[in-house]
Amino acid sequence: MLELIWLLPTFPLLGFLALVLTGGRLSKQIAGPIGAGSIGLSFAVAALVASEFLNSGLEHFTYEAWVWMSVGGFKPGFTFFLDGLSMVMMLIITGVGFLIHLYATGYMSDDPSFARFFSYMNLFVSAMLMLVLGDNLVLLYLGWEGVGLCSYLLIGFWYTNPANGYAARKAFVVTRVGDTSMAIGLFLLFAQLGTLNIQDMLHAAEMQWSVGSGLAVAASLLLLGGAVGKSAQLPLQTWLPDAMAGPTPISALIHAATMVTAGVYLIARTHPLFEMAPSVQLLVALIGLITLLLSGFTAMTQSDIKRILAYSTVSQIGYMFLGLGVGAWSAAIFHLMTHAFFKALLFLASGTVILSLHHEQNIFKMGGLRKALPVSFFSFLIGSLALTAFPYTSGYFSKDEILLGALELEGVGFWFWLGGVVGAFFTGIYTFRLFFIVFFGDSQAEHPPEKEVGGWHMNGPLILLMILALSGGFIHVPLDAVFNHGEVHGEHHVSGLVHGIMIAVPLLGIAVSYLFFRSKTFSVEKLMASAWAKNLHAFWFGGWGFDTLYNAVLVSPFLFLARVNRKDIIDSFNALIVSVSQAANALIVKSQTGSLRWYALTVAGGLVVMVSLGAIL
Amino acid sequence: METIPVEHGFILAGILFCLGLIGVLTRRNVVFVLMSLEIMLNASGLAFIVAAARWGHAEGQVMFLMILTLAAAEVAVGLGLIIQMFRRFQTVDINVLSDMKG
Repeated sequence: MLELIWLLPTFPLLGFLALVLTGGRLSKQIAGPIGAGSIGLSFAVAALVASEFLNSGLEHFTYEAWVWMSVGGFKPGFTFFLDGLSMVMMLIITGVGFLIHLYATGYMSDDPSFARFFSYMNLFVSAMLMLVLGDNLVLLYLGWEGVGLCSYLLIGFWYTNPANGYAARKAFVVTRVGDTSMAIGLFLLFAQLGTLNIQDMLHAAEMQWSVGSGLAVAASLLLLGGAVGKSAQLPLQTWLPDAMAGPTPISALIHAATMVTAGVYLIARTHPLFEMAPSVQLLVALIGLITLLLSGFTAMTQSDIKRILAYSTVSQIGYMFLGLGVGAWSAAIFHLMTHAFFKALLFLASGTVILSLHHEQNIFKMGGLRKALPVSFFSFLIGSLALTAFPYTSGYFSKDEILLGALELEGVGFWFWLGGVVGAFFTGIYTFRLFFIVFFGDSQAEHPPEKEVGGWHMNGPLILLMILALSGGFIHVPLDAVFNHGEVHGEHHVSGLVHGIMIAVPLLGIAVSYLFFRSKTFSVEKLMASAWAKNLHAFWFGGWGFDTLYNAVLVSPFLFLARVNRKDIIDSFNALIVSVSQAANALIVKSQTGSLRWYALTVAGGLVVMVSLGAIL
Repeated sequence: METIPVEHGFILAGILFCLGLIGVLTRRNVVFVLMSLEIMLNASGLAFIVAAARWGHAEGQVMFLMILTLAAAEVAVGLGLIIQMFRRFQTVDINVLSDMKG
């Protein structure tokens, strides 16, 4: 039964081919079931394989479908590797992916490019499954680039608006920076260790490299570069908020639930490498902490419903990086899973809101939607509670584990914990700011909202995700074999005070949000009265000026160089060959006068030269 | 009878050849070019005759007969061409014929 694992990426790939080869001639009644059904089949197989795997008691399982290429000793194959980590990932991808596909059949039903949408989505899921199931870094990289491509295609899905095309290019180029770093990392690993099979590579690294050695640091740094690009962490986080240009199910699937967690997966998969480079691991935690704080501040100032959620995604992935950095591997993956549940829920619910308001995304033009959109209201309530780690929702368990993991780290651990708690406070504020503004108060909408859109295929996934977001914390993630070498991780022993703080802080954030945006006890206007507050707001609104900075430091010089170097300097060497032969040609053409006497003269002259040469020699 | 020294014969042939060549190169009238060519041919013929007389060989004379025939044929063809040229271009100036200019 475990051999069926090769079917996992195959179903979505077949779905993609079916939709692409028919070129959008399929009607929506056929394209929808193909698009969503292929993922459903994948999920069924994934569930089957997962239960079989758990019952078998194996630590891991490898299935080689076929050899991809064979060059000397280098022999990467389409080989699928199943262990606790990839099992969790494949279940999230196919499970949450299926719900989102189902939702999208309703959400996209009015779109003329319905089939194109599902073909991209299927290709994405297929690539993502290859990424998490690949047993070698080459297959992983194939999936890695595949999801990057699909992300580009889907952000620019509504390509008639140039702004969407710009956002798509931005996402592609920014992640490319990380991908390049990762590719160099792969070259380094192969050159040094002679294999790209992940498990062999990790063993070889442990045998050959000492802890903290230069090669280990370099390799893990390069891989980290890839991870921060894909997972939108500092300093490559700028693409994710703009990626919201795509349709909302895309945002839910790619930019919240699955693709952006690829970086987290990569680090978790190669965690022995990071353990051998403690300085880099510390850097991972630091990146996570700074990112989660920065994007928390930014999320508080945004007015676009999807951008708020996007920044909260960046912030939550920051938590995962924090968890990875402090060595709380399972906690990070656990948070990845719960985050997939509640962030997919939030995005899909926001999709319903946006659709009911005729594609209005500004939260200040919503307001009072509680009665009109009950399903979205409850979805948002539960999603927001889980996001702010309200006790006994899914986010509470996972975020707690990360923060407790941080506390266990000696030395700087306390500061990481403190930063995470501060971040949780801001999470409470921005999440419920959104919630209160959108669903309470008076309606600010230009058009009155329609009755809640969507039938069972939109509301069904929302309800299932609500259940998962509430109860996802009780799922036991079987990761001990992967991260602790079979030892069961002990319970955290911390004082009640720490627990109390971690429960109280998000609630405090919610309370602050309530006082500002619901009861209006405090006024935002008064807070915003002074000039420096306005400037600070503008600064945070622009995402801490990263876009401006990158424009000034990277984009403008590049454009300047491109303008200056319009005639490529390197090309001029090639152009030289052309101009020299043209000049020579012009010279010889001059001798072709067409005058008979001139020819006769050259013949006579040549004769004279030959004869005198003969005479001299 | 005093024989003419062989050098004189060769020098005369050389001078004639050079005069002919100069005529070919400088004359613009095609008829004169043709005549200059004849002079060059006869200069080489003279050189053959002188050499044959000097060394007592018959080949030189045979060669002169061939040159004579050749010159006759050449004049026939050349004059024909010149007549064609005059008909087409209404001129015998050789500089006009430079359509092959590169």
